[in-house]
Amino acid sequence: MTATAAQAPNPSISDTFYTSLFEVDNGERIRACLQCGTCSGVCPFGYLMGFPPGRMIAYLRADRFENVLESDTVWMCVSCYACTAVCPKEIPLTPGLMTRAKEELLLEGNVPTELQDALMNSQRYGNPLGESPRKRAEWTKGLDFDIPTFREAKRPVDVLWFVGDYPSYHPRVQLTTKAMAKILRVLGVDFAILGPEENSDGDSQRLAGERGLFEMLAEKNGKAFGKYEFNEIITSDPHAYNAIKNEYPKLGINFPVQHFTEFVADRIDELKPHLKDIGERRVTYHDPCYLGRANDIYDPPRKLLGAIPGVELVEMTHNRTNSLCCGGGGGGMWLDGFQWEKAHVRLSEWRIQEAVNVDADILAVACPYEPPRFEDAAKMVQGAGRLMVKDIAELLADSLKMEE
Amino acid sequence: MNIVVLAKLIPDLVEELEIDDSGTALDMTWLRLIINELDDHAIEEAILLKERTGANVTVLAPDIEGVDDILFTAAAKGAERLIKIVGDYESGVNNHALARVLTPVMKDLQPDLILVGVEAHEDLDGSIGPLLAGYLDLPFIGYVASIELEDGKATATKEYPGGLSVEMEVTLPVVLGIQVAEEPPRYVAVSKVRQAMKTAEIEELEAGDFDLAGGPTIDRMYQPEVSEGATIIDGSLDDIADSLIGIFKELGVQ
Repeated sequence: MTATAAQAPNPSISDTFYTSLFEVDNGERIRACLQCGTCSGVCPFGYLMGFPPGRMIAYLRADRFENVLESDTVWMCVSCYACTAVCPKEIPLTPGLMTRAKEELLLEGNVPTELQDALMNSQRYGNPLGESPRKRAEWTKGLDFDIPTFREAKRPVDVLWFVGDYPSYHPRVQLTTKAMAKILRVLGVDFAILGPEENSDGDSQRLAGERGLFEMLAEKNGKAFGKYEFNEIITSDPHAYNAIKNEYPKLGINFPVQHFTEFVADRIDELKPHLKDIGERRVTYHDPCYLGRANDIYDPPRKLLGAIPGVELVEMTHNRTNSLCCGGGGGGMWLDGFQWEKAHVRLSEWRIQEAVNVDADILAVACPYEPPRFEDAAKMVQGAGRLMVKDIAELLADSLKMEE
Repeated sequence: MNIVVLAKLIPDLVEELEIDDSGTALDMTWLRLIINELDDHAIEEAILLKERTGANVTVLAPDIEGVDDILFTAAAKGAERLIKIVGDYESGVNNHALARVLTPVMKDLQPDLILVGVEAHEDLDGSIGPLLAGYLDLPFIGYVASIELEDGKATATKEYPGGLSVEMEVTLPVVLGIQVAEEPPRYVAVSKVRQAMKTAEIEELEAGDFDLAGGPTIDRMYQPEVSEGATIIDGSLDDIADSLIGIFKELGVQ
């Protein structure tokens, strides 16, 4: 099995698929797979996947990829980068192999129904939740200060705040969005949002195999970015951050972007005088996959937590590069029923158990998927009754509130 | 075997509906349109029948904004022929008028089977399936949940309230009102729809004048009005909970 095999008159499905993997950055490294199985071992759902990464590569080499296409357990992949982070040959398993496999399954129509709904909603409304696109800025209504949209501002603005899907629409996550707005206000940041002109970043749809949909959404966002003058983009959503930083440039959409935690960490000295003691709190931090493993941002969130008076930061067993996935990535956010049917466990409960094990009062998060996922999970884990789930933005805003 | 599916675009309830200045119709300015969900099921059922029997599938739709998308999506699912009916829809149309316009079109297409969603939320003058069957002088079965085709006959499973299903055999051609397809409507990748946009062709047919006779005359269209006797408790969650507890206590709940 070589790259030239695909150029033979009748390449097999395995040949065509294998060759297509070379188009991904460093994709040719798949040739060096040692079949060590580390990827399949570290995969949080590897034990119930018919074809965890290592085995999938073995089947490709054996010219039997059609067996993979008949399986639905590829949909258990939460695109968490755990396999990619441990691969001794540094094969891009998550962005290459697993994502391409989902793309093939999607084209074959082998897609769980609940995922189809999220994709259809993203296509129709520009958000996976199926909410009205006109109401994308409705969350701003509960604030006692104005959040300007670019359309209203009609002037160049320093920062474009890409709010994102769940921060805009999900009632629980809106609380973190409002907290972020307060922090930006205290910092005196000159910012505006796109409001109804913003569309889903599309990254989780891409990782769920819907590349065409991702491109469609990216083009819409690129067009909106291009209409206005600003210096940089910030977002609280690691998935949006990943898309704008690493994927949009491949489509010719080039804008500097920072995650909210990086942006505020750079200005922490300005914020510190406003931060008041929140009382003694044992806080542990969950590294989101798309901030941590996918983009190597580990320190700014910890720096922010460390700046809050009263916070004692403790680490869970799995942290930084070996952080556990909340189960929401790569389409997992829209596959809860499917995952439950296959696994009868939730990855989010595993994480909550770890937070309980270190006797934390607060599980701090930095991704909009997490407050609802972890709060649901905390209801199911014994001893998690007093554990609070808070976005870092909420903890900062709480500390600011003490001042008033 | 020729299957023709009729699909309509209707107001998407994801946006709040507003009444226009005349007070007798919806304000279309901000309205989003979406394929009638049951028509989407009718398309799916047609594609499933095509996969089982090799039938040809034609999808037909009134030419309203967004119609190209639903037709190309149908093509990406496997429909062979796409037709949109061009006409003056803005001045108002009803199912009676639409059925009359579609009657000669349907006759030309010589379908063995006409599938249409059994109802749509904007059907003010009855659903279109029976009207169409009436004008075409064909039998109609509504609330159909599955179809078997054999030797010029269809066996349709019709759903009744109370969990009853009945199988009915009918000689083709026939109009069937689809309640639900045998499988949920499939998702097609955006790349496949974009492909269809490049390769598939949409034929255009003129509707001619709409004759609204038989439809209703609307005197007044309005939002549901809050009736008296209900108390709406406003305020924060805590305030609402406090008021509720007060009310329960007052009513003597222990």
